[in-house]
Amino acid sequence: MSRNPYAADATDADDAVVRFDDVSMRYGRAPETLRDLTFSLPQGSFHFVTGPSGAGKTSLLKLIYLAAQPSKGLLHLFGQNVAQAPLDVRPFLRRRIGVVFQEFRLLDHMSAFDNAAVPLRIAGAKPDSYRQDVAELLTWVGLKDRMHALPPTLAGGEKQRLAIARAVVGRPDILLADEPTGNVDHEMGLRILRLFLELNRLGTTVLIATHDQDLVARSGKPILHLEDGRLVHMGPVPQGFGG
Amino acid sequence: MTDIATSAALKPPARPLGQWIFDVLLWGGIAIVLALSFGPAEIEKFPRLFSGSDNMREFGRAFINPDFDLLPFFISQMWLTIQMAMWGTALAVFIAVPLGLLGARNIAPPAIQWPVRRVMDILRSVPDLVIGMVFVVAVGLGPFAGVMALALNTGGVLGKLFSEAVESIDKGPVEGVRATGAHKLQEIAWGVVPQVAPLWTSYALYRFESNSRAATILGLIGAGGIGQILFDSLNSFNYSRVAAIALVIVVAVTLIDILSQAIRSRLI
Repeated sequence: MSRNPYAADATDADDAVVRFDDVSMRYGRAPETLRDLTFSLPQGSFHFVTGPSGAGKTSLLKLIYLAAQPSKGLLHLFGQNVAQAPLDVRPFLRRRIGVVFQEFRLLDHMSAFDNAAVPLRIAGAKPDSYRQDVAELLTWVGLKDRMHALPPTLAGGEKQRLAIARAVVGRPDILLADEPTGNVDHEMGLRILRLFLELNRLGTTVLIATHDQDLVARSGKPILHLEDGRLVHMGPVPQGFGG
Repeated sequence: MTDIATSAALKPPARPLGQWIFDVLLWGGIAIVLALSFGPAEIEKFPRLFSGSDNMREFGRAFINPDFDLLPFFISQMWLTIQMAMWGTALAVFIAVPLGLLGARNIAPPAIQWPVRRVMDILRSVPDLVIGMVFVVAVGLGPFAGVMALALNTGGVLGKLFSEAVESIDKGPVEGVRATGAHKLQEIAWGVVPQVAPLWTSYALYRFESNSRAATILGLIGAGGIGQILFDSLNSFNYSRVAAIALVIVVAVTLIDILSQAIRSRLI
């Protein structure tokens, strides 16, 4: 596997894997979607991003997985100012981040096993080196019997878990998930939450954008609450939240 | 009262005046251009098709009695023409893949996309007969000149079709691959190509169908194959032989069309 030059030596001095300093963001010439965000996520933390539709939750995740750039302010990932990161090192930064998209974004022509292995193959790993790991991971997310199925034949919850497997297979430092329970029933939502908590326990920094207040309440984890593109609260769930 | 209100509400909206004027100008303009072109295009000669010309009668008689004495030779020349079409299309695909990717708005920056599109425009706009003549001068008479003519012209056509296919892909899988840390080439190989491959293959097969016909015409400029035999027979007024060759061409092209359509219908 090709060595990721941004893998080992890049932990921030203050232990923050993500740091926003007065960050704003806009799409083209549209009004700002995110405004003046300042916060940091310590390594190994677990947060939810909450807020009404259009508050900027997905945009916030996009900034972190480098699908968008700040229009103002400084964004540091793993201690590195991403604005100064050359284009050819961005893929290496992305390899430290796992993303679970709301619409999954799986590759329909590949089996579940191959989809889960994509980040490893992209990083240059040989199939022999990861076959066992990927099979175990898919078993862990409950897809042991669906490894050879193509994504279009999977149920919503199965696709969701496959997307999670793909996001975590490279053992990312940060796991981002956008509405990961939006397409599944309550029971599956809880299973997915337990999965994220388990990954967090193993050291992964987790950030989940969600509308699911029950999920937030059950986890007992802190929130970043956005409204109209501004961060209006960061910390434990306030009394009467969502009521 | 209620009925009147209902019928008023159901009345379709009137066509805007601007739309009406546009339609009149468009169709009126087409009619005027056709009328002005009547003379230069010699449309007045249309009745001659039925006015009992001796040539037409002789031609028709010969077609009823095709001369199949040289059938194995015709078939071998038809096969040569199909081989020209296959190589012309295959080389065109090699040209069209990079052009199609670099000419797509969602893949290449405008500084690359614009000149690539102009190259495709030029390749498309020069007829394969003209390109063929240039290659006949460059590499001499024979099928290779025809192959190159087909490759360049079809390369431009397929490049345009390929880039339009790329522009209409679902960007979700590409973003999914990018988020895993893929470089640009990996994004294309993993996220773009699998989405467009069926459509690209279908376009290439369709162009192979038309190239099988075009390769016949290229015989006119000395590019070999069945076309050249056809024109030699025409020039020597051997209409029975022309009829036999034409039948061979019709059967071969029809078989290729059927085969290609069967494959394409499975692809998309």
